[in-house]
Amino acid sequence: MKFMRNIGKRIYNFYAEGFRTLSPYAKTLWLIILLKLFVMFFILKIFFFRDTYKNRFDGEKEISEHVINQITNTK
Amino acid sequence: MEHIDLSLVDWSRAQFALTAMYHWVFVPLTLGLSFIIAFMESIYVKTGDEKWKKTTRFWMKLFGINFAIGVATGIILEFEFGTNWSNYSWFVGDIFGAPLAIEGIMAFFMESTFIAVMFFGWDKVSKKFHLTATWLTAIGANISALWILVANAWMQNPVGMQFNPDTARMEMVNFWDVLYSPSAISKFIHTTTSGFVLAAVFVIGISSWFLLKKRHQLMAKRSMLVSSVFGIIASITLIVSGDSSARDIAKYQPVKFAAMEALYEGKTQAPLVAIGLIGKLNYDSITKDTKDDFLIKIEIPNMLSYLAFMDPNAFVPGIKDLVLGNEDYNILSVIEKIKRGYVAQQSLKLYKETEKTDKVLHEALKAKFTDSQWLNTYFRYFGYGSYYDDDSKIMESNAFKVVPPVSLTFYAFHLMVILGGHFLLLFLIVLYLVVINRIEKYKIVLYTALWTIPLVYIASQSGWIVAEVGRQPWVIQDLMTTMNAVSKIDSSSVIITFILFAVLFTGLLIAELGIMIKQIKIGPKDGGH
Repeated sequence: MKFMRNIGKRIYNFYAEGFRTLSPYAKTLWLIILLKLFVMFFILKIFFFRDTYKNRFDGEKEISEHVINQITNTK
Repeated sequence: MEHIDLSLVDWSRAQFALTAMYHWVFVPLTLGLSFIIAFMESIYVKTGDEKWKKTTRFWMKLFGINFAIGVATGIILEFEFGTNWSNYSWFVGDIFGAPLAIEGIMAFFMESTFIAVMFFGWDKVSKKFHLTATWLTAIGANISALWILVANAWMQNPVGMQFNPDTARMEMVNFWDVLYSPSAISKFIHTTTSGFVLAAVFVIGISSWFLLKKRHQLMAKRSMLVSSVFGIIASITLIVSGDSSARDIAKYQPVKFAAMEALYEGKTQAPLVAIGLIGKLNYDSITKDTKDDFLIKIEIPNMLSYLAFMDPNAFVPGIKDLVLGNEDYNILSVIEKIKRGYVAQQSLKLYKETEKTDKVLHEALKAKFTDSQWLNTYFRYFGYGSYYDDDSKIMESNAFKVVPPVSLTFYAFHLMVILGGHFLLLFLIVLYLVVINRIEKYKIVLYTALWTIPLVYIASQSGWIVAEVGRQPWVIQDLMTTMNAVSKIDSSSVIITFILFAVLFTGLLIAELGIMIKQIKIGPKDGGH
């Protein structure tokens, strides 16, 4: 158990020290990554990409009926 | 299909093309540079030469910039699948879901462990442990790409699945058939090695800049040595896999193959157009009267027949043979395929309608969807049914809608091939000049290498244009048209997100170029990650 705790602590320290000693350009990169993820998941996904069949229909049966209707209509 | 808003389809396609192409700006460098770094670090670990470590760390820095800017850009494609391509997403079901889930899990574990060791682990873990992490990053990144490429290959050549008429979804019946389909293997090897070539050109181009500036010359020459050898091996693999990919296309997507060569009339002993200029650059509907319209062309005799069927005398069907049919070569006309596809579509429709009204007919129809003969005769042309019309004149005109934009496919294919030859030649010249230690004397080679960087990105994008534009109008070959795949949503919302993506990705690209150019100008320095 103590061994596992040590391993966990060493991994934590490894990451913590890595982030502490980031060079300025690497900090900019992390800022871009976080900003990008925020825009993607908290703006684009929530406001522009919510309209999926799982949200629009009550269940899988309704979705399959809708899809069949869509892919078999020629006119 | 008159009920479908064409501007919606066009904007949805434009949006997907924009995001996929921007995503592909970042990915190939990650795939290739990770291996180049791994080779450099291996030399460092073997020789103990600190200059190799410095070289490795410089290219790792550029790898990190590209990785950070590009990471997660592919997730946007999944957003689009759900919202803009709902019919498609539902229809493909598990086939797409399983490979993408594996990719997501792999990418997460790879990125949070091996890459962290790569960047944070210098001087903290042993040399061999660090090298292992670098190699695993390279292997992991490429295996991660495998899954999305398998899914894409399945769309070009759907195998290993069965359609469930109750759910209207494809269900995977044999994972190994999907994974090891000839299209998937060719696509994976061809796409990843194209990334290797891109990265090799990138390293050689930037190293050339250092030599032109007379800075970090040893690092530049060593980088050129590793990259040119890597580039030559990758280029040869790229050519071999491209050759096998062409045969797959000739077999499974013959219309795309004919469009790649702008071949309207089928020929035995068909020549390959090495260089050609098409006269009319429009995408007006092709008719049975359309003819080849080359202003100039240089051909290699018999090569197309050999490329397609490994036989210099083989018949290569042209666009008109494939659309109008050719009994001599057992080629079914598109009109016949439309009729068969229509039968399959109507069977599915009737199956749903009789669910509560006619159990006997319902069960009889259900049996068809497991009858291999019926599936092979009718269901394999399911998507063609969307072009059905009671008016035979309209249907005749619809038949030509299965032809992709010929000029764009032709030019993209030829540009990719010609540039591929240029890259191989560049690698050979650079390797020779580095080995005889005279590379810095040949400024023309250095400038050419530097200006080849944008060309390799153009070639890389052209490859995807051939793959994706060339397979139109299909989103899943023969089974689902792009028109049927799209969600019926307001086209204005697609336009808004198109603009948002254009702004977001252009911003990311500018950030990448800005940070990368700055770090290249600074050059290799010790420390920092």
